[in-house]
Amino acid sequence: MANSDRVKVRIPPKAKKGEIIEIKTQLSHDMETGLRKDAAGRTIPRHIVTRFTCTWNGEPVISADWHQAVSANPFSSFFAVASASGKIKLTWFDENGEIFEYVHDILVD
Amino acid sequence: MDTAAKLNRRAVLAGTVAAATMGLTAPRPAAAQEADALARALMGPFKAKDGKIRLKMRDVAASGASEPITVSVDSPMTAADHVKAIHVLAEGNPYPVVSSWHLTPRSGRAEISFRMRLAKTQTVRAYAVTSDGEVWIARQEVTVTIGGCGG
Repeated sequence: MANSDRVKVRIPPKAKKGEIIEIKTQLSHDMETGLRKDAAGRTIPRHIVTRFTCTWNGEPVISADWHQAVSANPFSSFFAVASASGKIKLTWFDENGEIFEYVHDILVD
Repeated sequence: MDTAAKLNRRAVLAGTVAAATMGLTAPRPAAAQEADALARALMGPFKAKDGKIRLKMRDVAASGASEPITVSVDSPMTAADHVKAIHVLAEGNPYPVVSSWHLTPRSGRAEISFRMRLAKTQTVRAYAVTSDGEVWIARQEVTVTIGGCGG
């Protein structure tokens, strides 16, 4: 899967082995709560991202379960230990079955 | 999501009201009781201690639609001693559970940041569950002038 154009990241291109790096990322998504009404008074159906995961060379770094109170265009920031050169993979799962993915190549020396 | 998805909101509320009428819980606002019940659904029976965990938010939210929050926990994040989970609950929101983060020793540092919606002025809670099963809590009052949940 190609990197989603709805994902923005700030992750260093390289790190020293054992260094703790910060991963900042944002997905463009309405995170519609299901509580809002449109101009005609009809409820806008709920449509949110319910799960987010980050892996480093396939090993889980962090994952999260999200509910309606996570803001639109969800931003997240967290940390990871630089273990080895390879791929940091970020994945968002929304409740309509859509998956957004971003893979970042990192060099660890 | 798994735990929360199975959670029947009505059953949780009914249980909370029943417990209150039987005098099992100290009289607390309904919103706090609902958050208590949801926290138990996420973590099982627990006794939360103050300390170790810090919740950073503005006292007065600029907007209820997107308020930055950072939760950090003092932890070496080793295989033997690490934070397993961070849960954020907003007592005054229509559905108080905001997000649950599952950390690993590969996280390196027990700190997460994101942005959240706040329906009204309320108390936000952060819980941390450590690998030895202990639960830590931090609370913060946040004043909200423009709510952010729509409806």
